[in-house]
Amino acid sequence: MGKKRFVYMDHAATTSTKPEVAEAMRSFLKENFGNPSSMYSIGREAREVVESAREQLAKGLGADPEEIYFTSGGTESDNWAVKGTAFARRKEGKHIITTQIEHHAVLYPCEYLETRGFDVSYLPVDKDGLVDPADVEAAIRDDTILISVMYANNEIGTLEPVPEIGKIASEKGISFHTDAVQVIGKVPLDLERTHSDVDMLSLSSHKFYGPKGVGALYIRKGVEIDNYMHGGAQERGRRAGTENVAGIVGMGKAIELVTANIEKHNEKIRKMRDRLMKGVLEIPHTRLNGHPEKRLPGNLNFSFEFIEGESLLLMLDQARICGSTGSACTSGAPGPSHVLTAIGLSPEIARGTLRLTLGDANSEEDIDYVLEVLPEIIEKLRAMSPFYKPAAGM
Amino acid sequence: MYNEKVMDHFANPRNVGEIEDAGGVGEAGNPHGDFMKIFLKIKDNRIEDVKFKTFGCAAAIASSSMATELIKGKTLKEAWDLTNEAVSEALGGLPPGKLECSVVSREAIHMAINEYRKKQGLEPWEEKQQ
Ligand code: FES
Repeated sequence: MGKKRFVYMDHAATTSTKPEVAEAMRSFLKENFGNPSSMYSIGREAREVVESAREQLAKGLGADPEEIYFTSGGTESDNWAVKGTAFARRKEGKHIITTQIEHHAVLYPCEYLETRGFDVSYLPVDKDGLVDPADVEAAIRDDTILISVMYANNEIGTLEPVPEIGKIASEKGISFHTDAVQVIGKVPLDLERTHSDVDMLSLSSHKFYGPKGVGALYIRKGVEIDNYMHGGAQERGRRAGTENVAGIVGMGKAIELVTANIEKHNEKIRKMRDRLMKGVLEIPHTRLNGHPEKRLPGNLNFSFEFIEGESLLLMLDQARICGSTGSACTSGAPGPSHVLTAIGLSPEIARGTLRLTLGDANSEEDIDYVLEVLPEIIEKLRAMSPFYKPAAGM
Repeated sequence: MYNEKVMDHFANPRNVGEIEDAGGVGEAGNPHGDFMKIFLKIKDNRIEDVKFKTFGCAAAIASSSMATELIKGKTLKEAWDLTNEAVSEALGGLPPGKLECSVVSREAIHMAINEYRKKQGLEPWEEKQQ
């Protein structure tokens, strides 16, 4: 057994809250409980910090503070962007273009809209998970009102050609939304300059070392979109509900921290990631999923033949390593994820998929530990499989 | 999600392996892709030894392990009558939606027993007999 390090390699699922973030939030969970809409001192103070968080977000994204709308997280932001655009622009058309590998927070609203008279084109991706901008262009119809393509895929880490697709959309006057939940603090974003064709962008605080339960939707000025929550006047009347003050403050601090030095951080993560990748790919019958270069710096996604994902995850958990799989049979709904299916993996190969996503929590020692433990676990599980015939001498 | 007993049989499965001159060999799978192969060593109508190999989720591996423990030393009839409920119960219960797994062990055991019976020139038992 030996030493048992705790190794967290599931940063695409969630991240730890940075100490500075927790510290910034603290007084708004304890002393100052004021409602930002109240006129007295503690209310005004709460208003002030919410607005400075809005500025921090705007700065991190190269946007105007008035274009930032706080939400409860990535799922709400995606729902708002997709449904809000569809209903706001339905007189102009009923066609939406998205991809087969979007997060369910985009796919399911699209499926819902189909039941409400909209048409949705779900574009395929290539074997590396890339969407072809030419496919986007070809799918456009006279009545297309929205294109939604994620910035980076949460499972396989592939980075999509978002600026190119945005350009195509904007030339045709089609609203363009991108789910950027996985890229905050990993891809430098400047919505004013480098990403001026993005009309809406979703983000989620807990994916970049902020607290859970809070996120934002960027809505470019002048973009047509329905209001989402109806009620009070919060978020300029577009998303009602008393603000999650502590959460918003934490998210503001988090984005400030993660966008301060993106390249340096990426380099450190990429270095560890590449060493881990090289080591894991030495395990026989192993493949890397997702694009070899155009991928998130911390993302690794492997398929191991003769391995079942859930068993692998639980074995890793016994060794105190946290990863995830795109193929767990939970609640009697087996089968590979829509993403693994879309890149053409057979159910057998997809079954043995492991995603390891690196981030702040990791060190070179973690890589050593995983490279020591993972091959042993794979070997043990394979030895148990009736399908596996080890090559002679192995 | 899994209880301690299931985790124990998953992490330290009993009776993993193959028997070279097995009296009966059986295999079965489920729609989830779980697959079990079982090897029985039979003497005087009793299961003297049993080994298995399973590809599948933790519940599949734990069920295989428990099922082999439950039939070891039993008569063929007793082994035939093992239900998947009994396996699940012996494991202290499987999460809902994971019962498919224990079905695999029962089917594999049945196939192995009938393979043995056929080799002995006996009528294979029918499923309803249980
Ligand atoms: S994979 Fe074992 S029950 Fe579904």
